Amino acid sequence: MEVLMSIENLKKYFPVLGGVLRKKIADVKAVDKVSFDIYQGECFGVVGESGCGKTTLGKTIIRLHNPNSGHIFYKIPREIGDSIKILEKENPKSRALKYLLKEYDHAYVTGGRLRKLRRHMQIVYQDPTTSLDPRMLVKDIVAEPIVSQGVERGSRVIERVLETLQEVGMGEKHLYRYPHEFSGGQRQRIAVARAIITHPEFIVLDEPTSSVDVSVRAQLLNMFQDLQKDLGLTYMFISHDLSVVECISSRVAVMYLGKIVEQAKTEDLYKNPLHPYAQALFASIPVPDPTRRKERAPLSGEPPSPVNPPSGCRFHPRCPLVMDICKRQEPQLLDVGGEHYVACFAVNK
Amino acid sequence: MAGLILILYNVAIAVGAPFIAPPRPRADPYQIPSDTSLGHRVEPNPAMPGHLFGTTYLQVDLFYGCIWGTRFAFQLGLEVIVTTLLVGLILGMLAGYYGGLIDEIIMRFTDIILAFPGLILAMAFVSVLSRAGWTTIDAAILSIILIGWPGYTRLIRGEVLRVKGEDYIEAARASGASDLRIMLRHVLPNSIYSVIIVASLDFGSIVLTAAALSFLGLGSPPGYSDWGRLIFDSIPFASSGLQYWWTFTYPGLFIVVFTMGWNLLGDALRDVLDPLSRRR
Amino acid sequence: MMQDESVIRIKDLYLNFYTYDGVVKALDGVTLDLRKGEILGLVGETGCGKSVTSLSTLSIVIPPGRIERGHVEFSVKNKAYDLLTLNDPTMARVRGRYISMIFQEPRAALNPVYTVGDQISEVFLHHRRPELIDAAIARLQKDLLKTSDLKKMIYKRELSLFNRMKNKPKSLVLRFALKIPLVRRFQNRLKTESKVFIVDILKLLNIPDPGRVVNMYPHELSGGMAQRAVIAMALSCNPMMLIADEPTTSLDVTVQAQILLLIKDLQKRFGTSILYVTHDLGVVAQTCDRVAVMYAGNVVEIADVMSLFKKPLHPYTRALLESIPRPGQKFVSIPGTVPSLVNPLPGCRFSDRCRYALEMCQTVKPELVEAEKNHFVACHLHDEGN
Repeated sequence: MEVLMSIENLKKYFPVLGGVLRKKIADVKAVDKVSFDIYQGECFGVVGESGCGKTTLGKTIIRLHNPNSGHIFYKIPREIGDSIKILEKENPKSRALKYLLKEYDHAYVTGGRLRKLRRHMQIVYQDPTTSLDPRMLVKDIVAEPIVSQGVERGSRVIERVLETLQEVGMGEKHLYRYPHEFSGGQRQRIAVARAIITHPEFIVLDEPTSSVDVSVRAQLLNMFQDLQKDLGLTYMFISHDLSVVECISSRVAVMYLGKIVEQAKTEDLYKNPLHPYAQALFASIPVPDPTRRKERAPLSGEPPSPVNPPSGCRFHPRCPLVMDICKRQEPQLLDVGGEHYVACFAVNK
Repeated sequence: MAGLILILYNVAIAVGAPFIAPPRPRADPYQIPSDTSLGHRVEPNPAMPGHLFGTTYLQVDLFYGCIWGTRFAFQLGLEVIVTTLLVGLILGMLAGYYGGLIDEIIMRFTDIILAFPGLILAMAFVSVLSRAGWTTIDAAILSIILIGWPGYTRLIRGEVLRVKGEDYIEAARASGASDLRIMLRHVLPNSIYSVIIVASLDFGSIVLTAAALSFLGLGSPPGYSDWGRLIFDSIPFASSGLQYWWTFTYPGLFIVVFTMGWNLLGDALRDVLDPLSRRR
Repeated sequence: MMQDESVIRIKDLYLNFYTYDGVVKALDGVTLDLRKGEILGLVGETGCGKSVTSLSTLSIVIPPGRIERGHVEFSVKNKAYDLLTLNDPTMARVRGRYISMIFQEPRAALNPVYTVGDQISEVFLHHRRPELIDAAIARLQKDLLKTSDLKKMIYKRELSLFNRMKNKPKSLVLRFALKIPLVRRFQNRLKTESKVFIVDILKLLNIPDPGRVVNMYPHELSGGMAQRAVIAMALSCNPMMLIADEPTTSLDVTVQAQILLLIKDLQKRFGTSILYVTHDLGVVAQTCDRVAVMYAGNVVEIADVMSLFKKPLHPYTRALLESIPRPGQKFVSIPGTVPSLVNPLPGCRFSDRCRYALEMCQTVKPELVEAEKNHFVACHLHDEGN
């Protein structure tokens, strides 16, 4: 499969300001050197608990946040990717490298080119109530991407809006209404329409079904799958709901405190999680089967704050398999076979 | 509702002024004609045919003054409100949206002006400006604008800051909207509601401030149809008790009715337009 | 329904919301019972009325909601009281002491300007005063023996005041003492005593370093810790019944697992009966003994948890269980949407979305009947031995 996006060593820190002079006293290390690839046409799931950085990761990839360092390669031809790697190793300050990065690395693109890029990458937010401007008509909300970029004009705009609304199962009678007149599920459809109207290739879905009812959730998820097939979309599906991710994603990455700790094909990961955190996470999901009750909580303690993450392996204070090395060094993501990556000394020894 | 009625009544008078109290031909309609037929006596005359409310200092017709004063009040108020709103909107939007240095600079300016008591500062401005050659009326208007814009700037900046953090703004950025578009299409409509309410409440108080300036002699020139001016003219006669009551009562009444109308309207607008209380 | 074993029996509860859009008939004859020592799950989607039901039990429904009719029978010490008929001061004595409630957002349930310890001691001071007075007296008597003479004088006075509090609470001397500024401070001993109890409770809840946590403010605590503090507040008076309204929905999944096990553990230890309101079937399967399923203001099925999952009788329950996502299959949902409760159907409120709907379902409201042993359904399919 073709690689659509290649993320390398992406870092996003948020400064913590403090003191009387509001100087930076610390960093919230929301995303800390994350690397992975997303293949064309797949649904890549990212799971983790609150504070793990998954939402920040999604937003940074489409440049709603500006990364502190790292690369976001989008549809980059193999040779160029290789040349960049070579140049980085041998001559990191060369002008050729700089030129290539400016051309192909989304992390560095700015200005008008960045705005053009936004056509290809879109996002659907978690809460459709706050992600739609309450004072805009539906038709304007959905039309915004193409109007603000000048892609279409005049009557073509309405035509395109209608086409898109039909893709998400809504119609002409919804055009001239306000978001608050709709239910949560419908609002989310409007948000999706807004995201697909520019015919993007990549969409970040940030917990798109967390704020809606269970019965509506299934409808929306089916819609996402249908749209993916019909429009050839690639998704990054961020969620804390592990059962939903299992059903919709082809590959999943588990994040903890800004790092990916395990990544594998969905069946492999769910059947056989290797990282202690992933194991605890899966064991914690309440299974809707009363015959399978747990006696012990799989994981004790609380996730620490990303401002001051533990040294070495971020998970070591809570890890049942903790060893000496875990406190000193950070484990790397290594392939244990079948494209199943784990970052753990205990597993990878 | 009551506010609306009062205001409409005032509007009617203002619009109908030329008909209710016809001005002298070829003269500034705002100058109240004095009835020289009654001689050049200084003392005011009570109500009599031809002078519904009576006359005041130098036989200036009160009725005429009050009626045209309505029109003047609207004109003044509108000029001030529109200007302060515009200035406040632009500066507040820039300060709130961009933050950083621009925000700091603008806020310091507002701080400077807000550090002084409004009326006193306005008086100072008027004195300086009239010395510099401005007519007192224009000076008064400009002074009120100068003391008024910081309030709006702060208010709008606050609303912009609130709106800026909402998801749909980020979504608009993700759609590729430019900053200007976001400011005009998204931030503005969402932040403007509380400002409108304040503006309508303010209309009354602006006129009141103008009246106060005139009352202190710093506003309109003599014989101008401005309520404050009329009251100023009545000062020498007020000290003799209620003998010349009409000289200050009528203008005062007009001021009260006008201001109250706007206050009530502002209250009503707040109840209607406050999106939080509505959405439930 | 078994008569003697129930702690709370809700019978035919009707509740309306009077809104601008009309009268929302939120609860349409809710009937359920919570038995002694069990955890009853109350499941349903948003808008089904489960939260409102739990609020009605404690008579804390706020306008525009109004309870139209119905009974909430609370059995304590072999006597049954209809909670809806009690006046507010009496209900205030019930709340916190006999029936406690915990809510979804722990940090919203805690007052941000008071420390955790202060808030929990508030409950103590209100409901367990006699114990605190005794504890204060005991401590004073001990201290009396080993302090300097000056302090002895003060302590003696305090001791006499406390004894008065215990024996003659309405004495004039006491009432005076409570009003004089400096003298009033003797009451602070009660708070200090309560802190001892509080630390014990926090330890029970697996809160690390309870001595420190007692003096912390809610915003300094993480979500899980804050929820434990709220649970401590709720259980501090050892109530007979605890109402938990989605207490783990806003928490991370690993923390949720801890809290669920904690609740089960505490329930076993204290014997509290728990009404657990949630929309998560997984939580229900893990935690509850019996389950009541609600839809659009009605209880449609009540059964013990095994029977409900193995053999769901009501079509809505079946549909809910089917909608649990399974890998490899398309997502299944219930067609249609929750009806507007302003003008509900006269019959079964689920009939317009029900696969098995009969003619009569639209017009005749089904009653809750015992279709199988201890398994109640409100559905015409199970009426006359279908």
